[in-house]
Amino acid sequence: MGGEAMTALLLEGVAHAYFGRTVLDGVALRVAEDEIVALVGPSGCGKSTLVHIAAGLIEPLRGRVVAGYRRHGMIFQEPRLLPWATAEDNIAYPLRLAGVARGERRERARRAADLVSLDRRDLDKYPVELSGGMRQRTAIARALVVEPDFVFFDEPFTALDVALKRQMQDLVIAAARQARFAGLFVTHDLAEAVRVSDRIVVLDERVRGIAGERFVGIAHGARDDAAVFAAVQSYLKEDPLFRHLHETDERRVA
Amino acid sequence: MRRVVLDRMGRLGRFFWSGWVGVAGLAVFAALWQQGHEAYGDFILPSPIATFAATGALLQSAETWRLAWETGARAIQGFALTALLGGVLGLAVGYSAAAMRLARPLLTIVMGVPPIAWIVLAMIWFGSSTGTVLTTTVVASFPLVFANVAEGVATRDRALEEMARAFGAGPLQRLRTVVIRHVAGRYFPALAVALGSTFKVAVMAELLANIDGIGVALATSRANLDVAQSISWVVIIVAAIFIVEYGVVQPIRAELERWREAARPWGVKR
Repeated sequence: MGGEAMTALLLEGVAHAYFGRTVLDGVALRVAEDEIVALVGPSGCGKSTLVHIAAGLIEPLRGRVVAGYRRHGMIFQEPRLLPWATAEDNIAYPLRLAGVARGERRERARRAADLVSLDRRDLDKYPVELSGGMRQRTAIARALVVEPDFVFFDEPFTALDVALKRQMQDLVIAAARQARFAGLFVTHDLAEAVRVSDRIVVLDERVRGIAGERFVGIAHGARDDAAVFAAVQSYLKEDPLFRHLHETDERRVA
Repeated sequence: MRRVVLDRMGRLGRFFWSGWVGVAGLAVFAALWQQGHEAYGDFILPSPIATFAATGALLQSAETWRLAWETGARAIQGFALTALLGGVLGLAVGYSAAAMRLARPLLTIVMGVPPIAWIVLAMIWFGSSTGTVLTTTVVASFPLVFANVAEGVATRDRALEEMARAFGAGPLQRLRTVVIRHVAGRYFPALAVALGSTFKVAVMAELLANIDGIGVALATSRANLDVAQSISWVVIIVAAIFIVEYGVVQPIRAELERWREAARPWGVKR
């Protein structure tokens, strides 16, 4: 029982197929409490599908998903904000779904906005009036407002420019440390995986699932640019696990 | 709280202020009308002033108000029925791709039959009664509302729905918080068009089926060759449409579409 209690998320024998083409088969994955696991792999290998299955958005063809966490949040590749609601109402949306009273909703939305350094003045604006970075901050605040103990990240910063991406990664790292949530972080950027995660799981379409995993052996405080760069280089040059990471022919996938 | 009230008053003020533009447009119309009057004379086209005087005289009598109320009540009933049926059925059909495909040819048939034919049929079914007017108005304006709502549901943002699902929204909550708001963006413009056609068809049905109301009054003034009075009746109908559109439909729409307003560049906004 003791070991089971420490598990935040457990996938067993998960399989999925799109129109008869099997993308995932026999996937087993365990995410511990307080652990951020990065899922990397070439595009089309089923990373997104796997995180959607884990979050309960897609019913897997076979296998089971056991959630050990209480509440989860999710951050998508695009902000996916309600265009007709202000930033504050967007952040408070999960609370509205949960039936939280208006006053408390406001209070908690503001706290979540502070957590991602959203300006109070921007909270009354509609998504169209916000910049791309502000929109993604809003989306992160929306995931954090429920005080989740698990967060699903589906390539959340792929569309952002380099500087903004860094800021957002730092934000997630800080939030994870402060709010102590576990997470499953899908990305195809190995440097991003090294920066934010504790463990990197590599998906490969050849094996239709997990090809292997590596623990990021650098302390969170010591992950400066040089260390991240060195780690990425050593993975790509010396580690056979990462050999196929950038070898995708997207014409075949599409 | 105070900010909310001020914000609301500001928007209300802007709404009324935008009325001046409307007045300017009407003034241009009146000028063209005056030109027509001066070219063709009093009998063909009475001047705007004479028409408004005739309208004023008409409005003095209680009978006018009664007739306008009769027609207005019928048109609004038809409009409400259209809004309700079109909204509910559109939502239901929009969710099912198969039902959508089935509904399309039916809509083409319903829209292809001219309103005048519906009036004839309705007269046979219901006689000279309110039922005739209601049937024709609903048949004339329902397809537009229905098609827009169904199309709105079909083109809903599935990514947003997935987001809602990720945060634990059930089907009803998704309908309430995501789909309805998306559909409203097409529903209200369709209602504004439907409103105009409801009033027009109601008057036409009254005129042809000889049902007490503005339609009959219009027929009488035509029989008397009283052009000023005929136009006066038209003015009264248009005024009624204005009242319902800018008193009910547009305010609700503006309330739901505040975010679109926010997205507009300054030059377009004012």
